[in-house]
Amino acid sequence: MSKETFDKLGAAAIASSVRAGDASPSDMVRASFERAREIGAGPDGLNIYLHSDEAASLEEAEAIKSRAGNAADAGVLAGVPVAIKDNIASLGLPTTCGSRILAGYVSPFEATAIARLRAQGALIVAKTNMDEFAMGSSTENSAYGPTRNPLDVRCVPGGSSGGSAAAVAAGIVPLALGSETGGSVRQPAAFCGVVGVKPTYGRVSRYGLVAFASSLDQIGVLGRTVDDAALGLETIAGYDKFDSTSSDEDVPIYRLSALGKSGSNARGPAAEAIRIGHSPIPPAPPPGATTLEGVVIGKPKEYFPDSLDASIRDLCEHSLDRFRSMGATIRDISLPRSPLAIPVYYILAPAEASSNLARFDGVRYGLRVDPGKGLKAMYEATRSQGFGPEVTRRVLLGTYVLSAGYYDAYYKKAQAVRTLIADDFRSVFTSGVNAIFTPTTPTPAFPVGAISDPYEMYLNDIFTVTANLAGVPAISVPIGRVRRLPVGGQIITAHFDEYTMFRLAYALEAALGTEAHQ
Amino acid sequence: MAVTREDVLHIAELARLGVDDARADALTKELSAILAHMEVLSQVDTSTVPATTGIGIDGTPLRPDVSVPPLMARTLDSFAPAMRDGFFLVPRLATHEDSGESGA
Repeated sequence: MSKETFDKLGAAAIASSVRAGDASPSDMVRASFERAREIGAGPDGLNIYLHSDEAASLEEAEAIKSRAGNAADAGVLAGVPVAIKDNIASLGLPTTCGSRILAGYVSPFEATAIARLRAQGALIVAKTNMDEFAMGSSTENSAYGPTRNPLDVRCVPGGSSGGSAAAVAAGIVPLALGSETGGSVRQPAAFCGVVGVKPTYGRVSRYGLVAFASSLDQIGVLGRTVDDAALGLETIAGYDKFDSTSSDEDVPIYRLSALGKSGSNARGPAAEAIRIGHSPIPPAPPPGATTLEGVVIGKPKEYFPDSLDASIRDLCEHSLDRFRSMGATIRDISLPRSPLAIPVYYILAPAEASSNLARFDGVRYGLRVDPGKGLKAMYEATRSQGFGPEVTRRVLLGTYVLSAGYYDAYYKKAQAVRTLIADDFRSVFTSGVNAIFTPTTPTPAFPVGAISDPYEMYLNDIFTVTANLAGVPAISVPIGRVRRLPVGGQIITAHFDEYTMFRLAYALEAALGTEAHQ
Repeated sequence: MAVTREDVLHIAELARLGVDDARADALTKELSAILAHMEVLSQVDTSTVPATTGIGIDGTPLRPDVSVPPLMARTLDSFAPAMRDGFFLVPRLATHEDSGESGA
């Protein structure tokens, strides 16, 4: 494998190559860092990475060399360089959440998702830039400066997992972890022309994910291809005793490639169904990669408003035509409470954040600013100097909606409307619809500095945030370009039906081929 | 429901965030503008709708109520701002700290 091809290789191909002895884990680490230098991933360039240590990564690669050469225990990610969003706790590299308040903080423990990647032979090469504490949609809110979109450096990469999406889009790593609270994996994936998946709430352990809004947060995966995203999610999913909200639902194998059937009409053999757990799943035969007979895809009118960018609408219609040509039925549906999702989200998420971020007070870890005037003054000075403007705004907003006199009008009301939004999805999925297709974002990537109004920025999440509120899985897949910028199509399925979500994503990716990146 | 400057200063104190005068004025406008978009929720009839209190399908499973030592690769004093004898050190919690007397 030459270094010229590294930036185009998928995770599975890299791992196969390492397991076969054609390349070593060290070769892969070197290729990743060379690509990072070539593309200018550092703070003077695209500002994708916040922390990396090439020497330590090479040492780690050498350490797993003998294991990687043994096909039996090399792991499905043998020698694959992976980048991690900087709000996921890692041993060795700092975890700063893109915030001054955690500058230099190195976690004493590691997130379950990272431990599972390492167990499969992955090498963690970097922590990526992000909006501070995942609050943002452009990665401009990082205390360490904005990340630039590798496809057009004048534009943002999306956010808050903008560094992870940019790392994958730039060919530095084939796979990266991000996190979602309202669309922070799917939106940057769409802006950067890569695949981004948010699993069902509970599908992936949140242990080690620094909490923003605990009823919404999920770790997600970004990959160059659907197969990479499937491989990544399969690796990190499953019950974890360290996260009481993680589910013990069985985790199917999502990859068609693992079945040796990357082509058409893949069926789900019983052996495919189980990675952990005991009961055979999935309950329904999976759709094949090119045959979608019997599959019903819902097209919700609320996600195709008259104001939608005409070029994005056209690309979505083209994707729906592709689904039709593979045998799927497209059904017009309604998710009537979706227009309420942004107000609901921007009450509930800041409310939870105001509680979760109370722990950053200068006592146990991170920044301490002590003006010498007692404990309260230390709290205020630390938090005021440690948090940036958007985090401050959201903590105050959350404190307000939870305060006496406003709790019922805002927080309790938003919780009830959240129930209605989740009911909308339940109704659709129990009416014979297998999946929902929408644009991922209302626009392609916008220029750095173009949006200064906070609420206008919040509207970037308008098509993604409902899946977080309802807790259902969703994936963004590249479906073409508008004005040379990537556009994503979103596939949403019912709780724990990532299986169908991936099958449709594979099918769309295969049907669009190179059109998805043109 | 417009947010007043006094509201901002009150919630800033609750949130332990120091906010200077200029920032308080800006936040008053920003929070009022954001909350104006939330007013749409007041028009939704939720009188018979239960609040979402958990998002898991079958609720959150319980684990045995047993304390487990944290799995830490490094000790607390490797990252705490100040420690002594296994305790976190904080500035003095003075009952009259607002009078300007120094803690520490």
